[in-house]
Amino acid sequence: MIELGQIQAPEIDYRGLAPLFATIGGSIAVTMAGLFRGRFVQRTLVPALAAAALLIAMGLTIANWEAGDSAPIIEGALAIDSLALFLSMIFYVAALVTVVLSLRAKVLRETAPGEYMGLLLGSVAGMVVLAGAENLITVFVGFELLSIPLYVLCAGELRRARSLESGLKYLVIGSVGSATLLYGLALIYGAAGSTDFEGIAAAISDSVGVTDPLLLTGIALTMTGLAFKASVAPFHQWTPDVYQGAPTPVTSFMAVATKAAAFAITLRFFAEALPDVQVQWGPALAILATVTIVIGNAGAIAQRSLKRMLAWSGVAQAGYLLAGVVVGTRLGVQATAFYLAAYLFMNVAAFAVVIARERVSEHGDDLDSIADLGRASPWLAWPMTIAMLSLAGFPATAGFIGKFYLIDASVAGEYAWLGIVIVVGSMISLVYYLRVIAVMWLGRLEIELPTFPPRHAKPLAGWSPEADLKAQPEVAFVAIVAAAATIFFGIVPAPLFDLARDVGASFSNLI
Amino acid sequence: MTTFHLSILVFLPLAAGLVGAFLPARLGRWLVVAATVGVLAYTVAMIADFDRAAGGLQYVTDDNWISELGVRYQLGVDGLNLFLITLTALLWVPATLWGAVKTSERPRLFMFHMALAETAVLGAFCAQDLALFVVFFDLMLVPFYFLIGGWGEGERVRATTKFVIYTLVGSLLMLAGAVALGVLAADGGELSFSLAVLEQRTLPEGTQNWIFLLFAAAFLVKAPLFPFHGWVVDTYRATPTPVLVVLSAVLSKVGVYGFLRIVLPILPDASQHYQELLIVLAVFSILYGSILAFSQDEARLVVAYSSIAQLGFIVLGIFSLDDKGAQGALMQMVNHGLVVAPLFFIIAVLSARAAGSPSLAQMGGMALRAPVLAALFLVVTLATLAMPGSPNFVGEILILFGAYEDKLVYGLVASVGVALAAVYMIRVFQRAMHNRVGPGAEPAELGGLDLVAIVPLAAVVVALGVYPQFLLDRSEEATTAKIQAAAEVAEREQDLARVERQ
Repeated sequence: MIELGQIQAPEIDYRGLAPLFATIGGSIAVTMAGLFRGRFVQRTLVPALAAAALLIAMGLTIANWEAGDSAPIIEGALAIDSLALFLSMIFYVAALVTVVLSLRAKVLRETAPGEYMGLLLGSVAGMVVLAGAENLITVFVGFELLSIPLYVLCAGELRRARSLESGLKYLVIGSVGSATLLYGLALIYGAAGSTDFEGIAAAISDSVGVTDPLLLTGIALTMTGLAFKASVAPFHQWTPDVYQGAPTPVTSFMAVATKAAAFAITLRFFAEALPDVQVQWGPALAILATVTIVIGNAGAIAQRSLKRMLAWSGVAQAGYLLAGVVVGTRLGVQATAFYLAAYLFMNVAAFAVVIARERVSEHGDDLDSIADLGRASPWLAWPMTIAMLSLAGFPATAGFIGKFYLIDASVAGEYAWLGIVIVVGSMISLVYYLRVIAVMWLGRLEIELPTFPPRHAKPLAGWSPEADLKAQPEVAFVAIVAAAATIFFGIVPAPLFDLARDVGASFSNLI
Repeated sequence: MTTFHLSILVFLPLAAGLVGAFLPARLGRWLVVAATVGVLAYTVAMIADFDRAAGGLQYVTDDNWISELGVRYQLGVDGLNLFLITLTALLWVPATLWGAVKTSERPRLFMFHMALAETAVLGAFCAQDLALFVVFFDLMLVPFYFLIGGWGEGERVRATTKFVIYTLVGSLLMLAGAVALGVLAADGGELSFSLAVLEQRTLPEGTQNWIFLLFAAAFLVKAPLFPFHGWVVDTYRATPTPVLVVLSAVLSKVGVYGFLRIVLPILPDASQHYQELLIVLAVFSILYGSILAFSQDEARLVVAYSSIAQLGFIVLGIFSLDDKGAQGALMQMVNHGLVVAPLFFIIAVLSARAAGSPSLAQMGGMALRAPVLAALFLVVTLATLAMPGSPNFVGEILILFGAYEDKLVYGLVASVGVALAAVYMIRVFQRAMHNRVGPGAEPAELGGLDLVAIVPLAAVVVALGVYPQFLLDRSEEATTAKIQAAAEVAEREQDLARVERQ
C-alpha cells in the first residue's frame, strides 16, 4: 500500500502555467459575472472581463517567451516551448477578435453573454493545453476541453434551426473524431508502453520496430482523429455545414483557432513522438494533403454562401499546411507556423467583412450581400479584397510569403511534387477568390450593368451604405487592422520569420 | 554600393497613386500623371548618365529582404533592361494622360491601379533577384484585373477573369519553378535567389529541363505565343484603350524579357535542349498571327494577332542563341512597344469617329479631312511592317540574321512573316484611310489630347529608325553576356554531333 506521504506531488511551474490560469480563471470569472443582471454587466462588463483575461494571458505568454526547446513542466505533461507559446498567441488573438466581433451579435443576446464568453475562454484553454501537450493523456484532455465548448457555441443562436443543426452535427462528428483519436492513442500506448512523447520516441527507436502494426494502426487512427478537427479531407464533410450554421463570430474563431490547435498537436506529435517513423507516415500524409487541396478547392468553386466558401477554402488551406508537416523538418515546422499566423490575419479580415454585411444585408452571407461593395463601402471592400488576394497567394500579402515558405520547405524536404500540388491548388482557388472580388468591384457577374452604374448601391432593407461603418465601427476596425497586417507582413515579413525560427528551434531533434 | 535611385523610380508611381486616392478627384488624377512624367524624366537622366563602358549592373540596390529565404531586394540596370524601363516610362505618360482625361467613372481608383501597374512593371524589369522578380511579375496582374474588369467594355468581367486565370496559371507554375530552382541550386548550401549567384551555380540537365518548362509556361502565356494565346481576343476587345496600350506594349515584353534575364543564363542546358521546340512555336506564331491578322475585321484584333506574330519574331531571335538574334530581339521588343501604342490610340480615335464601332468596315475615307492623322498613321504602319528606315526593319533583320546562322530553314519560313505583315498592315491602312467614307463615319482631325499622346511616340519611332545604333550600342554587351552560356552549350552539342557524323 502506498502511503499518502510517499507520493511525490509533481512540481508545478506556476510561471509557465500562468497564462493558462488567466484563461481558465477568466472563464470562471466571466461566467460568474454573467449571473448578475443589468445592462451594464451583460453588455459591457462581461465582454470587458473576457477581453481583459485574454490580454493578461497574452502579456504572461510574452513574458514567458523564450526561444528554443525548454523542458516540459508537470512531469513532462505540458511543454511551454516556443511552439506552444506562439500558437497560444494565435489562439488569444483569435479569441479576442471573436469577443470584439460578438459585441453586437445575435448570439450574445440569445445565449447569456456570461456563458458565451465563458465557453469561449474555456475552449481557448483547451487549445493552449493541446498546443503544449507532450503526453497522450494531455492530448486527449486538451482535445476535449477545446471541443465541448465549441459544440455549445455552434448551437448558440437558439432560435435558428441552422445553428442548432450545426451544433448537433459538430457534436456527433466531433465525438466520432474524439473516439477515433482515443482509440489511436490507446493503440500507440499499447505498442510503445508509454504515454509520454519522449518515452514513445525512445521505445520506437529501442525496442518497437518502426513497422509494428499496432503502432502504425495507432498512428493512422490518431491522425484520423486530428484530421477531423483540422478538416483535412476526407474527414472534412462536416465543415461547410457547421461553418455555415454556426454564428459567424464562432465560425471565424473555429476557422482560425481550431485549425491552428489541430496543427500544433499534429506537428508536435509527429516531430517529437514519431521522428523515426517519418519515412512511413510521410508519403501517406502527402497523399492526404494532395487529396485535401484538390477536394477543398473543387468544393469551394460551387459555393454562393461566403461562409461555405470560406469553409471549403479552409479545407484547402489545411492541405497546404499539411505540406509543412509532411516533410518532417524544422523548415516544415517553421513554414507551418508562419502560414498559420498569415492565415489568422487573412481569415479574420474576411470573416469580419462577412459579419458586417450579413447583419445589414437582406442576403445574409450570400455573394449578393457584398455586391458592389467597392462603391458602397470601400473601407469594407478593401479588407475583403486583400484577404481574398492573400488567400489566393498574390504577392505583397502574407499569404504569398507563406505559400513561398511552404513550397520552399516541400522542395527542400524532397517533396518537390507537393510544391507543385500547392501551386495547382492555388490555380483552382483563383476561380472562387476572384469571383468574390469581381462581385464587389466589377458589378454582378450575371447582370450587365448599365453604362453609367449608379454612384451608390441601393439601400438594402432600410440600411444606407454610408452608415455601414458608423453602425459597427468595431467590426470594420477588426477588418481593416487584419487586412493591414496581411499587407504589412507581406512586405515586411521579418518579424514573423523571427518568431517562426524560434518555433522551429523548439524541435532540437529535427534537422 | 547601394543607391536609392531605382527604388525611387519604381515606387514613385505607387506613392503618387496612394496619395492621389485621398485627394480630390481632380487633383488626384493629375498627381499620378505628374508622377509618370517624373519617372520618364528620371529614366531619361539615367540613359544620359548610363556608363556604356562599365558593363554589368549599374545603380545597384542590394538589401536583405527576407533573409530566411535568401531573398534580397536587389535592383539594377544594365543594357538589357535600360531601354525596356525607358519604354515603360515613356508609354505610361500618354496612357495615364489619356485615362485622366477620359475616365469619368471612379477616376482616382483608375489612376491608382494604373500607378500600381507601373510600379509592378518597373519592378519586374529592375529586379535582380528571382523571387523579387516573381513578386513583381505576379503583382502586375492585380491592377490589370481591376482595370480591365472595372473600366472595360462589353464582356469585361469574363475577359478579365480569363486573362488573369490564364496568366496566373503560368505565374504560379513559375513560382514553383523559382522556389525549386533556388533550393535545388543551393543543394543544401546557403539559399539564394540572386540572379548573379544562380548564374554561378549549376544544375543537372534533367532538373533544368522541368524547371525550364515551368518558366516557359509563365513567359509564353504572358507574351503570348501560340498555343497560349487563348486570352488574347477577349482581353483585347474588352480592355479600355489606355490600359490596352500598356498591356500590349509593355506587359508582353516582361515575359520575353524573362527568357533573356533568367532562363538563358541560369538554365543554359535546358535552353539548348528546348531550343528547337521554342523556335517551332515562334515560327508557328509568326505564321498563325500574320494569317489571322489578315482576316480580321476588328481593327484591335488585327493588332492583337500582329502582336502574336511580332512576339514570335522576338522569341525566334532569343532562341536562335546568337548575339545578333538576341540583339534584334531586344530591339524588336522596344520597337513593338513603340508602334503598338500609337496604333491603339489611333484605333481609338478612328473608332470614335466611326460612331464607336470597332469594325474596319465602318471606318474609311479618314485621310480626306485628317491629313495629320493619316500621316501619323502611315508612319506607324510603315514601322509595323518593317519598312527599311524604320527601327523594326533593323530589329527584324538582326533576328533573321541570327536565325539564318544555325537554323536556316526556320529563318526562311519566318521571313514569310515579314511579307505577310506588309499585307495586313497595308490592308488596315487602306480600309481606314482611303476607301469610301464609312456609313457612320465622320472624318475629322485629331484633337489636342490625341496629338499629345501620339506625336511624341511617332517621333521616337522615327528617331530610332534613323539612329538605331543608339540602342544597339548600349545593349550589345548585356545581351551577348546573357545568351553566352546557352550559346556555348549549343556550340558544344553541334561539335559533338559533327564528331559523331564523322
